[in-house]
Amino acid sequence: MISLTVNGKKKRLDVDPDTPLLWVLRDTLGITGPKFGCGVQLCGACTVHIDGKPVRACGTPVSEAAGKHVLTVEALRFTHVGRRVKKAWLENDVPQCGYCQSGQMMSATALLTQNRSPSDDEIDAAMSGNICRCGTYNQIRAAIKDASVLLGGRRR
Amino acid sequence: MSAQFRSSRRSFLKASAVSGGGLVIGFVLPAAGRVAEAATQFKPNAFLRVASNGHVTVVCGFSEMGQGVLTAIPMLVAEELDADWKKVSVEQAPAAKAYANPLLGIQATGGSTTVRASWEPMRKAGAAAREMLVAAAAAAWRVKPQDCRTHKGYVIHGRRRASYGVLVTRAAKLPLPANPRLKEPKDFRLLGQDLKRLDTPPKVDGSAKFGIDVSLRGMLTAVLSRPPVPGGKALSFDASKARAVRGVVQVAQTPHGVAVLAQGYWAAKKGRDALEIKWDDGPNAELSSDVVSRTLTDATTQEGKVARDDGDFAAAKPARTLDVIYEAPYLAHACMEPMNCTAWVKPGSVEIWAGTQAPGPTQAIVANIAGVAPEKVTVHTMYLGGGFGRRFAPDFTIDATILSKLSGKPVKLIYAREDDMRAYYYRPASVTRFTAGLDAAGNPLSFRARVASPSIMEASGSMKIPPSGVDKFAVEGIADLPYDIPNLRVEYSRQEPGVQVWFWRSVGHSQNTFFSESLIDEMAHAAGKDPFEFRRALLAKQPRHKGVLELAAARAGWGTPPPAGLHRGIAVAESFGSYVAEVAEISVGKDGQVRVHRVVAAVDCGMTVNPEIIRRQIESAIVFGLSAALYGRISFKDGKVEQGNFDSYPVLRIDEMPKVEVYIVPSAEMPGGIGEPGLPALAPAVTGAIFAATGKRIRTLPIDPDLLKKA
Repeated sequence: MISLTVNGKKKRLDVDPDTPLLWVLRDTLGITGPKFGCGVQLCGACTVHIDGKPVRACGTPVSEAAGKHVLTVEALRFTHVGRRVKKAWLENDVPQCGYCQSGQMMSATALLTQNRSPSDDEIDAAMSGNICRCGTYNQIRAAIKDASVLLGGRRR
Repeated sequence: MSAQFRSSRRSFLKASAVSGGGLVIGFVLPAAGRVAEAATQFKPNAFLRVASNGHVTVVCGFSEMGQGVLTAIPMLVAEELDADWKKVSVEQAPAAKAYANPLLGIQATGGSTTVRASWEPMRKAGAAAREMLVAAAAAAWRVKPQDCRTHKGYVIHGRRRASYGVLVTRAAKLPLPANPRLKEPKDFRLLGQDLKRLDTPPKVDGSAKFGIDVSLRGMLTAVLSRPPVPGGKALSFDASKARAVRGVVQVAQTPHGVAVLAQGYWAAKKGRDALEIKWDDGPNAELSSDVVSRTLTDATTQEGKVARDDGDFAAAKPARTLDVIYEAPYLAHACMEPMNCTAWVKPGSVEIWAGTQAPGPTQAIVANIAGVAPEKVTVHTMYLGGGFGRRFAPDFTIDATILSKLSGKPVKLIYAREDDMRAYYYRPASVTRFTAGLDAAGNPLSFRARVASPSIMEASGSMKIPPSGVDKFAVEGIADLPYDIPNLRVEYSRQEPGVQVWFWRSVGHSQNTFFSESLIDEMAHAAGKDPFEFRRALLAKQPRHKGVLELAAARAGWGTPPPAGLHRGIAVAESFGSYVAEVAEISVGKDGQVRVHRVVAAVDCGMTVNPEIIRRQIESAIVFGLSAALYGRISFKDGKVEQGNFDSYPVLRIDEMPKVEVYIVPSAEMPGGIGEPGLPALAPAVTGAIFAATGKRIRTLPIDPDLLKKA
């Protein structure tokens, strides 16, 4: 049995400890915001937070989340930074197909939690692990900068 | 305003219970969450309903893959209905004849057709409802309908106003107007406005349901092992290790491979990977990219079937001749959401949940496999995590249906990323040999293109090459060359190296515009002329091409020096009824790496529905085209695809993203398509800029940095 907290709720699960966190979230818990894109940590669609740090859930065994707090896009609005990221995403009408966007928002939230005023280079470094095939990168960048302003960051 | 997708299992089932009868009984209001009753709503046609509280629900038969149809279709209906946009929501239609795409004749989304196909019918659907609501109010007030007007969900006569909601019962009893009057474009309130997308809210809170998010009670997840060589077959297999994996329920052979069915994806994937299968590689065991390249190139030495023949190419006597070969590789679509489908074959009926571009054909194909009538197949079209043509294909729906039939359970088939990339639905590899001539003054005199590539028409399953022998998709972007060249001949040679080919964003234009626009650049250089001026002079009879070319050049500052270290290229193309010119500003590093810093695009797509969605679609196509130009290649060795994931098939990432500016030409022409037309001009604009930077002409995609390294 593995115990962990997902979006504020305690869970005790009978799953193989090597099962990737992504499939525990999606198939066992029915939390489908984190998406399956590549399975090998190359595309970022599955990005969630463990204790506030962004991880690729497709390559993280659920055992690594034992005893820790997992946050997915579904509960992003309950965090100070996440709420502003979501607002900026809405105002910029960022998504097209939308499939990658929960991962994009989780990466952006992690970045802005560490650094309220990221430069373009810092945005590139934090976000280049998240692929968007629709090509919404410029809107993602604009939304991160807007969220930065909402957080009281400096425009850089 | 919100996009409505039936998101829980319970509401799925509720929807399916009513969809068979063809009458929608209830629906959920997104804001209030109340259920309206059939008796108190007005449903003049299959495309909209007005509830007694005045809420308008537009039913969209097109598939949303990011291109904005779930916003564009409601805008068309709401415009003529004179609805209050704040009270409009959208719902995905089931598969049904009423929702056939008028341009394709089937219920499917592709070919950048949605707005072109819907411009009149969807507005008429709204206008008919409006006329009925006006007639209902006029009758109640005992006034003439023509003395009434409408505004934001109200019928108004003098000082009297009635909301659409209070009129629904009366309106529902009135006859449907045969030919409702449409607004003059000058009276549009919504069309041409940058309205926010209706599908954004569910896409930023994790609630949007894609095909892969479907979950049903008792459902098994399947992962399929497919032949590693196209056309291969499983001779025998040992499933003992797969069956030993915890969670694996069943192993089943299908006509397309061997599937492991399990509780959840991870068990199914582990089980699939543990299968031991003996494959017969079949006739393609020796297939390699070198063979493909040689086969196509050799074919261009022979005369092909004639796609276009202006003047007399053979009789032209140019002073100077160019003879060059261009080549483009197979490409995968690499949608972010890997292909998947959930099928539930029940006694006498089937339900399908899939992000599909083709709900209509899916219904027919699934009915055939399950042995039921098409109307017994309910297709739930989910959000598509990217389409780009790939989700027009039936492979994932076919296999999911077969597996549900075999197991007797609901089955969600998921392709691992590597399965998705190796499923053989590729943009065709293509080679074109050009022979072009200039007269002594540097004017183009002759142009011949010999195209060799596989046939998408034949691969499509729904089209055949016509008696001319020319596949229209193989030559589009060359045979429609807009330039004024007196002796112009285009030929096609069908070559089938053994790999399934398919529609890929902008189809034939995706490689052919790279070929033809690059050749035009080469002719300009040979004539000693500026690439923009050379094109402009040859487009005197093509005002829309010329218009976007001039606009893009002006906005990009063509003719002024680019920023230090940057170089410009330009290209123009018409596709899907829209005209796009692009200027790329690039730099080439010492290591030969190309970086695109800025792309300026001008688009003439006729009248606009939502200009912001148009700008985003052009930008999206630019990114898609840039990924392909810089990195895109599916290659074969010993019959096997060499790429599998985003490491071996890279796509553009945020740190490589250029600035993009899109300018829309004001136009009163009929709308053109918008999902694809931004793509074709990108590659030749970039390679034209590379020539300006290095003097080296890129004739093969993807761009090879080794050719551009500074010695």
